[in-house]
Amino acid sequence: MLLLQNLSNALILACTYILMAAGLTMVYGVLKVLHIAHASVYTVGAFVGVLVFSWLGNFWLALAIAMLVSGIFGVLIYRSTYFYLLNAPRTVPLIASVGMFVMFTDLLQKPFLMGAYQRAFPAGGAGLSAIKTALFSFTAKQVLILLVTLILLVLVYIILTRTKLGLSWQAASMDREMASAVGINLNRSIAANFFLGSALAGAAGVLVGVYNNSVFATMGDLPSYKAFIIIVLGGMGSLPGAILASLILAIVENFLVASVGYVLPRDSIAFLVLILMLMFRPNGLLGRE
Amino acid sequence: MSSGYLLTILIFTAMYISLALSLNILTGFAGQVSLGHAAFLGIGAYTSAILTARYEYPFWLAFLAAIIITGIIGTFLGLPSLRVRHDFLVLATMGINFVVVSIFKYVDFFGGAMGLVNIPAPTLFGITFRGGVPYLLLTAGYAAFTLLICWYLSKTWSGLAFQTIRNDEDAAASLGVNPARYKIYAFGISAALAGGVGSLYAHFLGSVFPDNFVFVESIGIMSMVIFGGIGTLRGPIIGAILLRLIPEWLRFIQDYRFTFYGALLVLMMLFQPMGLLGNESWLWRQLTRLFRATSKVKEEVQG
Repeated sequence: MLLLQNLSNALILACTYILMAAGLTMVYGVLKVLHIAHASVYTVGAFVGVLVFSWLGNFWLALAIAMLVSGIFGVLIYRSTYFYLLNAPRTVPLIASVGMFVMFTDLLQKPFLMGAYQRAFPAGGAGLSAIKTALFSFTAKQVLILLVTLILLVLVYIILTRTKLGLSWQAASMDREMASAVGINLNRSIAANFFLGSALAGAAGVLVGVYNNSVFATMGDLPSYKAFIIIVLGGMGSLPGAILASLILAIVENFLVASVGYVLPRDSIAFLVLILMLMFRPNGLLGRE
Repeated sequence: MSSGYLLTILIFTAMYISLALSLNILTGFAGQVSLGHAAFLGIGAYTSAILTARYEYPFWLAFLAAIIITGIIGTFLGLPSLRVRHDFLVLATMGINFVVVSIFKYVDFFGGAMGLVNIPAPTLFGITFRGGVPYLLLTAGYAAFTLLICWYLSKTWSGLAFQTIRNDEDAAASLGVNPARYKIYAFGISAALAGGVGSLYAHFLGSVFPDNFVFVESIGIMSMVIFGGIGTLRGPIIGAILLRLIPEWLRFIQDYRFTFYGALLVLMMLFQPMGLLGNESWLWRQLTRLFRATSKVKEEVQG
């Protein structure tokens, strides 16, 4: 019983990781850029969500607007920076990304934006009710996270597999030049990719904000580092791999940290996993070669 | 502005010149981008602080120990570079920075979040360096020593080896340069030099805290190298001087220090990836052209 409850808690944690990592892995797949500024998109999403919620009091509207704004923010990041660095060595856009991340985190902490303090996000379960069974239970907030993640993942799956847009991303991830040679409008395709990935990060920010009832300027740091760990674990640029890796990381964190005493906080355990993975399985758990 | 304040700024500038130069060995010469350099600064600072404040060893011994121990740890932490390249190495070095800082923070031996205090002022040859001009000489001397090592590395066979690794690892291997060995060298030397700065840093402040060595500090050091001109000797020096002094001159930047650093990184990557004074940079081309023009005029006048 406890095992099942632990598993269901891990599932909720994994949901937020998945939304965050899905965006990163999509961007990596197409651009081959480690998009560290993704953390800022996540935080902006949560911030917009809490602002709209405090104006209008409607969670679903807040979620939609937050996703829209973070999507646009992501596209702006792409158009202002990565767009010009597509053919540069891979560390160049990475350093630019780190620069944006440091800049946005600093700006968000300023009093005219979020300030240095935490804001409450009292959306509760947004009208959903808790699920209780004999074996496990989900609170209303957890049901909300599960539901939103499932809906968004189905949406992403449909876009990836059933639309021309998804096909164009697959083509671009295999060979950008060839993709544009066969008539794909790369600019629009990559911008749409950024929009969707960033909107997912924004949704993750809103959900985590509601779940912890707190939104703050540096809330994106740890999730984004963990998202990198996840996309390395999952094999770079693979969405199913990222989902599996999110589940594994969430389960390991929940069980290892809860049952075994630890010297280091759980977040540095995640980093040790990252370093070891990079050293011994750089192509991920599912990766070949 | 009091002279004490000015001296403090200059002392920090000297320390950051050494830091930027040491990172430049790894990133500029050998081409291994690292965003974890503050971890090496921290390892040196903690080594020296523990040896002097807790075990009462003399400063010079702690200083040498900081250099050697950080060098050895840096050599080990360089091992991921043998397996992963480019952007993934950056991720690994970020991870190393986080793990090192959380070890400082959560292991009691390192004083936890309260850090280490009461680190004595350094004593060398019977002279105690207690802030002010003597300390500036000490840090400037160390910066000169770092520059000397960088100069030596850039002028000798090992410098050429670093360059070939940076340009093309596989080609380097086919020319008989062992990339693994030289990458590890670069990590070791770069870390050791940063460890020395760490010791000076700890003894200057008198206390060290885990938060002094976090990831954004690494970004700050990297900004200096990139802003000045990566891979050159002049670049990191100019970068460190400008990025330490500009926020002091323009007070409004002081509050937005990291916004400034971040924006600078983005702008440099977009417009001048070789830095302000790097080879192939706009300003450096203008300067060399100007220099050539004037020397030509001189020749003509003399001729």
